[in-house]
Amino acid sequence: MNLIPKFDPVRVFLEPWSTPELISWNSQVILMGLLVCWASGMIGSFIVVRRMALMGDAISHGILPGVIIAFLAFGSLDVGPMLLGACLAGLACSFSIEWLQQNSPIKKDASMAIVFTSFFALGVTLINLQTGHLDLDTDCVLYGEIGLTPLAPNITLAGNNVGNRSLWVMGLICLIIVSLICLFYRQILVTSFDATLAHSIGLPVKSIQQFLMLLLALSTVASLESVGVILVVAMLVFPSVTASFFFSRLPSILVCTFPLGIAYTFGGFHLAYWLDCSIAAAMAITATVCFIAALGLCPNSFLWKIVAHKKSPHN
Amino acid sequence: MKPQGLPIEVHDLTVSYQKKPVLYGVDLEIAEGSLVGILGPNGAGKSTLIKTIMNMIKPNGGYVKIFGDAPQKGIKRIGYIPQKESVDWDFPVTVSDVVLMGRYGHHGWLSRIGQEDRNKASECLEQVNMLAYADRPIGNLSGGQQQRVFLARALAQESEVYLMDEPFAGVDAVTEKTMISILREMQKSGKTLMVVHHDLASAKEYFDQLLLLNMRKVAYGSVPEVFTHELLQKTYGGKLAVLSEMATKVAKAS
Repeated sequence: MNLIPKFDPVRVFLEPWSTPELISWNSQVILMGLLVCWASGMIGSFIVVRRMALMGDAISHGILPGVIIAFLAFGSLDVGPMLLGACLAGLACSFSIEWLQQNSPIKKDASMAIVFTSFFALGVTLINLQTGHLDLDTDCVLYGEIGLTPLAPNITLAGNNVGNRSLWVMGLICLIIVSLICLFYRQILVTSFDATLAHSIGLPVKSIQQFLMLLLALSTVASLESVGVILVVAMLVFPSVTASFFFSRLPSILVCTFPLGIAYTFGGFHLAYWLDCSIAAAMAITATVCFIAALGLCPNSFLWKIVAHKKSPHN
Repeated sequence: MKPQGLPIEVHDLTVSYQKKPVLYGVDLEIAEGSLVGILGPNGAGKSTLIKTIMNMIKPNGGYVKIFGDAPQKGIKRIGYIPQKESVDWDFPVTVSDVVLMGRYGHHGWLSRIGQEDRNKASECLEQVNMLAYADRPIGNLSGGQQQRVFLARALAQESEVYLMDEPFAGVDAVTEKTMISILREMQKSGKTLMVVHHDLASAKEYFDQLLLLNMRKVAYGSVPEVFTHELLQKTYGGKLAVLSEMATKVAKAS
């Protein structure tokens, strides 16, 4: 039995780029991957430094019922209603978590677990109720299929075909996230690091927090069809955690998420081509490999300590 | 008529957490240029008082005024040093990043931090002898160095009133001396300071006024008036062991 296909560099690295059709198809997949990684990496860095990594998990699951209800209400898979539904559900999710925390003896982690599983269960049930007349299937929401990005309908603007709809939406959201974070970096930084100081200089701390949750919900729902609710958390958490092994300032970490996004996308794409598996999963595996490498190679790594220990003449 | 109200005026302030009162009927008037130490046992509501003055907690009764204004408006004139435990020391920021945050209040939403702010930040770091550490991540500092950084940030804020929550906690003796002399200088330049403190023995030398707090205001006044066995006993109540230990220390010190 042959579990792992033979590694043939020509097939893995050159074949996907050998004909114009393949190049056109695969470059759309790659672009989608980059946009997902960049948007999630940026917003994820803030989520991680605020020690809210699990909030990403919670929001990504919590938006599901919003997406389905928007679909049912508008009867179409149009992006607008879906994004709106997702944002509303995401905000409802983060409000409920906060409310539970403040008005009941339940602790933060438990209230997150309660809220997001309830939301997610509601979403899954709604999907199942609708299976008869709807082409939205649970697998797609759970795992995503970035490889099918080029199948999204094209947008026509003033009679001209301007390209793939999914790519435009993701691109726009990525641009919004990156520019808002650059513009309001200072405000987001100070609210994340020291909410009391932020409050004392007159910043609307609560609103900024909700605004971050909104950006998180936006990036998550846009990434949903490519990487799915589960792996989107990997795209949120891995870039900044990996970068933080080498950089101790937030701006450097934020910048570092861009090359990491490129590494995840290309690495994942070719890994998936080799193993013939889901590209999203392969991207997450690449992210894991990068993380382990960073863990081993970072300046304070345990590996160096072992090496130094062996070299030391006193032992 | 006075041109402006007192830096801090608290009237009949009552605060409770989930129906348990933490502060009860506290009245307080702090004059400009005071250096006030806030003393009281654990759970006496010291931090709660600070947070309520800063409008982080909504009181159940009574009010706070800052220079005669409602706290929402007056809060911009307050600088503060957070309790050490409330800071995330693993946050990816350097010493100079933290001090620069003290300058944020001087800028609008979209204006950029300029060279002037950086110079001010370096100047404040110099004042607390931490300029050499400007590019260090805050997680790499010792307890005393960490508190100096936050003091530098407070200086960079250039506020009129400062609230400090246990700035001397976990600090070495040298740092404590440096910090207290800086607090004195701030006071001399007309700043009003309220400092939560945990060590009875040093409180006597460090501050001009003391606030003894245990859910209620036990006493507020100058050190000789307030630092009496009777009032301290009233503040620290049943915690006799702690008190006698402190008393011996005080006796030894004097």
